[in-house]
Amino acid sequence: MEQPNLNYVEQLARGDEAIKKTLLDVIKTEFPEEKQDYYDSLAKKDYKKIEENVHRIKHKISILGLEQSYELANTYEHNLREKKMDGVDDFEQILTVITAYINTI
Amino acid sequence: MNCISIDDEKLARTIIKTLCDETDGLQLIGEFPNAMQAIKFLNEHDVDLIFLDIHMPDFTGFDFVKTLKNPPSIVLTTSDPKFAIEAFQYECIVDYLLKPIKANRFKMAVEKAKKQQLIANKVAENKAESKLENDFYINIDRRLIKIDIPSIYLVEAKGDYIHIKTEDKNYTVHSTLKKIEEKLPESLFLKIHRSYIINLKKIIDIEDNSVLIKKDVIPVSRSKRPELMKRLDLL
Repeated sequence: MEQPNLNYVEQLARGDEAIKKTLLDVIKTEFPEEKQDYYDSLAKKDYKKIEENVHRIKHKISILGLEQSYELANTYEHNLREKKMDGVDDFEQILTVITAYINTI
Repeated sequence: MNCISIDDEKLARTIIKTLCDETDGLQLIGEFPNAMQAIKFLNEHDVDLIFLDIHMPDFTGFDFVKTLKNPPSIVLTTSDPKFAIEAFQYECIVDYLLKPIKANRFKMAVEKAKKQQLIANKVAENKAESKLENDFYINIDRRLIKIDIPSIYLVEAKGDYIHIKTEDKNYTVHSTLKKIEEKLPESLFLKIHRSYIINLKKIIDIEDNSVLIKKDVIPVSRSKRPELMKRLDLL
């Protein structure tokens, strides 16, 4: 599976370590919250909420340079709109990869 | 130019802040996680540009745009390209940025907003200047008399009346200085005292705290003098 990277964050920070740290701190704080929100919505089978949660997480997937994963998340989001769960396994695998990665940065 | 950002995701707001900090002449004066907080802020502050996320729970970006009576320039920020066509329906929406936002694309959007603002300022200026070509009517003894605005050189308040002095004739009308001030172009006229408005083009000379205009010597308030001096084309 493709691995996350910080290319976008580094481009944005343009060598400024303080900016890079600010961005990474936000990712490290916000992503676990969003992941938890996703699993909470999933437990309630609230498709609209799950779709919203996936939409928000999608942005972080793209920030971390996961292009193929972004497409998978996009497909899952569209399926949720039709109350279908196709793509859930792929999406949750992406969450696992990101969780492991942000513990290393 | 000042701006605010509206996005329910903190990372998105942090990215906008980073990009704003790197852009000359752009100050981020507020960040909001939802539209309601932003509306409250907009009721109390003048904002030139809004970076707005479309996809927010409860109240979408488009819902927000519809609530604005005099919207500033708006740049939409979204992960979804599918709203681009809908965005074209709104004159205030100047650009559409796909997340993750690239720095060069962000700068282009800001430039577009600046251009739109310049055009809007020019239109307002032209509107103000077009007042010069206009006339207005005064009611004297049930007769409506046309007054050529550029020919006015002095308006003086006297109790419940104002004296309008023009190149050809003087008129006394039951009105207030405030009412006539609204009809006169700011580029040409200035209130230099609580009882006098003058046509700046008709000034002959200024001495101490008075202005000679035609044959009238008009006092200048101490508080109005700096504004008067600023408006003169000094050598």
